Amino acid sequence: MSVAADPALAADGRRERRFFLSLSLPALFIVGLAAILPLLWIVRQSFLTTAGQYSVGNYEKVLSSGLTWSALATTLELSLGTLVVCIILGIPLALALASTRPRVANVLMAFVMLPLWTSILVRTYGWLVLLRRDGLINAALTGSGLTAEPLPLVYNFTGTLIGMVHYMLPLFLLPVYAAMRDIDTNLTRAAASMGATLGQVIRTVILPLSAGGIFSGSILVFIYTIGFFITPAVLGGGKVNPLSIRIERTLSTFQDWGSASVLGILLLVLMALIAVMFLTARRLMAHNKMGAAHA
Amino acid sequence: MKSLPITIDSVRKAYGSYVALDDVSLDIRAGEFLTLLGPSGSGKTTLLMALAGFVRPDSGKLLLGDRDITRLAPNKREIGIVFQNYALFPHMNVLANVEYPLALRRRRKAEARQRALDALARVKLDGLSERGIGELSGGQRQRVALARAIVFEPRVMLMDEPLSALDKNLRETMQYEIRRLHDDLGITTIYVTHDQREALTMSDRIAVMNSGRIQQIDAPQHIYDRPSTRFVAEFMGEANIIAPGLARRIDGADAPRETLMIRAESLHLDASLAGRDGVALDGTLRAKAFRGENWLLTLALDGGQEILVCIPAALAGGCVELAASQRVTVYAPAQKVHVLPGAMA
Repeated sequence: MSVAADPALAADGRRERRFFLSLSLPALFIVGLAAILPLLWIVRQSFLTTAGQYSVGNYEKVLSSGLTWSALATTLELSLGTLVVCIILGIPLALALASTRPRVANVLMAFVMLPLWTSILVRTYGWLVLLRRDGLINAALTGSGLTAEPLPLVYNFTGTLIGMVHYMLPLFLLPVYAAMRDIDTNLTRAAASMGATLGQVIRTVILPLSAGGIFSGSILVFIYTIGFFITPAVLGGGKVNPLSIRIERTLSTFQDWGSASVLGILLLVLMALIAVMFLTARRLMAHNKMGAAHA
Repeated sequence: MKSLPITIDSVRKAYGSYVALDDVSLDIRAGEFLTLLGPSGSGKTTLLMALAGFVRPDSGKLLLGDRDITRLAPNKREIGIVFQNYALFPHMNVLANVEYPLALRRRRKAEARQRALDALARVKLDGLSERGIGELSGGQRQRVALARAIVFEPRVMLMDEPLSALDKNLRETMQYEIRRLHDDLGITTIYVTHDQREALTMSDRIAVMNSGRIQQIDAPQHIYDRPSTRFVAEFMGEANIIAPGLARRIDGADAPRETLMIRAESLHLDASLAGRDGVALDGTLRAKAFRGENWLLTLALDGGQEILVCIPAALAGGCVELAASQRVTVYAPAQKVHVLPGAMA
């Protein structure tokens, strides 16, 4: 038999819940002001012609332009490329960090995080100094006779990718490392005691159990890199034109706010699609994880 | 299944200035159930992990049969391990966990499945093979861990406090089952625990460890009745270490001049239970407590030392009336009075 709740106590509970909810108001206010309103404004702009009339003309113009689609392709190539390199470099690095003693790992982690503490502009120009035709790396390569000609390391896709990976690797590493660090050592020991080689331990225990971290890291890389502007602008040398650069061109060269808004919305839709894709994939993986023993 | 003897020869392991294993030597017979018993920090788990290959000794040798495994990689040792927290793979179901070692050995899928199901039946888990690890109770997880450790027919089994997370009743059932499994398979087993009762119940022999050394190794009864050091005496149960001169002989002969060890339950209020050649202790009652199956009396001997006396409830008629500060004499039969070798007075 249930006893009717004391109204005074119930009211106390409600008041407490309301108080804690109200703590989120300042943040909600700022987000609302700084994100939602401009977004609505962009949506409105995208439907306005230069003459100030509503139409879908901007969409027709932008979506029928080859430049848009090549920019979209470049954006995806850069993001995917960054992600692939981050996975190739980041997973072994996370494994190494997770298997060293915590004190050493913390020091190494601080080094990995170092790029995050410097301004992206400074870092990007830093890469320029290193990667230029007469930069440090090419000087060393030609000077030592390893290559006859300086390698084209900058003002192209390669240079842009290097800069983006440099920025993203720590952000990718954090969740992957955290996931690997959380794996109980006894699990890897148990696997080894049953005969698993190091490779088998990594494949059958460590990677499946850090899949969540790898997914989070991958989403982070994708979401960040899709809107990257400074790095392709500086290190791409005008030859690498993702959507972000097209938006800037459209504005600075043609003052076409309508088309720029359409491109912005395109970027937003792209991000949403990718986020949904990742989350669905993750849910499917979590669903199928049972019964996967055969190594 | 052919089980193998294990030889531990002068193994040392130090972490900085802390000596975890101090020149430990131990021979374990093929098919034996040996328990490493000791308080936390005594080195028992370090020794187990050295055998498993996860702790590299500073010096010494480990032999499995005739084979030197001191430098052999853990995955080549063919040793089954049951971990304290079970270490089951959370991303695999029960069957996949048990098939895991067979999958690594590239057994045919149908054969692996059959052997995994057999192992699960052996630990009485038939019908749960498709469950996820998260859906199992503690006792069921324990059984999966056992099945996984025996399924690849290792020649040696190591268990690191496997029952410490279970509640008391379940622990007693599992003690019996682990021992039965050992007897069925005849597999050399080294079992680590800090629970002396568990060690006494399950083992062929017990090695009592303290601060990185083996204090005594013997059959459970001998360890209990005839401890070789004060530490072993006190670790194995309620032990009274009686300084020389405090006990007197019931028959009036000269009082023993050694340090004596008498278990709390070997002392009686009734002189007739001790016999004429037993010893008597005179003291004052300090406290008494009813513990269900017995009464626990705390006595202050005339020298000031306190001793514990455990009287079975069935024989404890007189206990109820005993009042604090009352003079009490307790008696122990001669065969239950153990002279502690080399103990300091």
